[in-house]
Amino acid sequence: MSIVAASAAALVVLPLLLIFAFLVWQGASAVNVDFFLHLPKPVGEPGGGMANAIVGTLILVALASALGLPLGILGGLYLAESRDRQLPWLARFVADVLNGVPSIVIGIFAYTVLVLPMKHFSALAGGFALAVIMLPIVVRTSEEMVRLVPVSLREAALALGIPEWKVLLRVVLPTARAGIITGIMVSIARVAGETAPLLFTAFGNRFWHQGLDQPIAALPLQIFAYAIAPYDDWHRQAWAGALTLIGLVFIVSFAARVVTSGRFSGVK
Amino acid sequence: MADGIHVKGLNAWFGEHHVLHDIGIAMAPKAVTALIGPSGCGKSTFIRCLNRMHEVVPGARVAGAVRVEGQDVYAPGVDPVQIRRKIGMVFQKPNPFPTMSVFDNVVAGLRLGGMRERAVLQEAAERALRQAALWDEVKDALTKSGVSLSGGQQQRLCIARALAVEPEVLLMDEPCSALDPIATAKIEELILELRSTLTIVIVTHNMQPAARVSEATGFFLLGELVEFGVTRQLFTNPRDTRTEDYITGRFG
Repeated sequence: MSIVAASAAALVVLPLLLIFAFLVWQGASAVNVDFFLHLPKPVGEPGGGMANAIVGTLILVALASALGLPLGILGGLYLAESRDRQLPWLARFVADVLNGVPSIVIGIFAYTVLVLPMKHFSALAGGFALAVIMLPIVVRTSEEMVRLVPVSLREAALALGIPEWKVLLRVVLPTARAGIITGIMVSIARVAGETAPLLFTAFGNRFWHQGLDQPIAALPLQIFAYAIAPYDDWHRQAWAGALTLIGLVFIVSFAARVVTSGRFSGVK
Repeated sequence: MADGIHVKGLNAWFGEHHVLHDIGIAMAPKAVTALIGPSGCGKSTFIRCLNRMHEVVPGARVAGAVRVEGQDVYAPGVDPVQIRRKIGMVFQKPNPFPTMSVFDNVVAGLRLGGMRERAVLQEAAERALRQAALWDEVKDALTKSGVSLSGGQQQRLCIARALAVEPEVLLMDEPCSALDPIATAKIEELILELRSTLTIVIVTHNMQPAARVSEATGFFLLGELVEFGVTRQLFTNPRDTRTEDYITGRFG
């Protein structure tokens, strides 16, 4: 039995290892200092890098987080704490459906509500689309984590004569912190690699960031553009871009683990 | 105002379930009152009605008059937060805040109540920990996690946490039932020391601690207060046959 379980576990880890190994094999040759510091070169010229796309992805993820995280965490707190029945039920249902909506549809939505009125593609629209994708993940994991906080802790805090809102912010949320951060990381990892919703919103850009109301480069977009182009050099850079993307997600997840593995981290 | 606890016509419900029937009781100030009875008899619900913790449970309802140290607990417009500051509570299972250090646990009530002065907090922490007979054991470990202590120490930490806000009344809901005999003896000793400064109500389902630490004892059965009187008298010469059956171990 334990052999079966162990091989199942190995099979689970295998795809990630294979993808990672393949990316290193294909992309490592194009990863160099230029790749991280330079703009893409015009078509036909070898060299250049994806610095603008790396910065662009970081900006888009930051925008999405600024929009999606506060809303998501507070929403999850509400769902976990509310004594009401109908509204939380509806919100939970909507969040679950939203989680299942194909990301390209969310892209079209952001295109309709932001790109069309503004009359051009923008970082803002891209960040908004990614925030919509993050929201249900953050809401649901936050809710679950807040629910895991034992009732006895809330009661201990309430019995000390602490107002309810302070009990939530200073006792319940910190106790659920590690789990909530894990949920945030999952959502960031998810949106950092999203391509489809950015096609109609952030659009991509071959230059540095030019303001939040302007089109902006993003790693997945650049990977997509380079991968379907007919140049070997671009293919290599696309692999390198994919490797960078995975590296970024890995660094963020790892950093979050280190931050939340403190002594007083509460429930996980 | 040392007036004790006066309860008249107290009824409590969980949803449709009527769990307390017309409780009337008068508990003396600066004394220990024990409430005994089998599990599920309503004694825990009763003390949770005294500091308005009963209403925290969804669907829970309460009716009746409760006066604690001169204050009408259920008067309209009374803030339950203020009531709970005056009436501390210790729970069955030790429940220190896992994200806080020993020190932060003790001063949690003060700090989250708005007190920021370090010196005041430090003084309050030491005083409360000494009162809870824990200071000597943790004075070098104040920055360690509250949940790293042993079970008995955690319970005394929770007592210190409740004492730090200087309540007038301390409610203890089976404080020793999760502890070993040595830790239990320490808590009982502590209760005897605290009774000169506080009004204490302790709920317990076994009788020895009640007999050892309390001046007065009440016996609850099926949501009713069957008998209430001087502890020695209740244990040696109960008036009600149901009380006698319980303390002689015929049921429960």
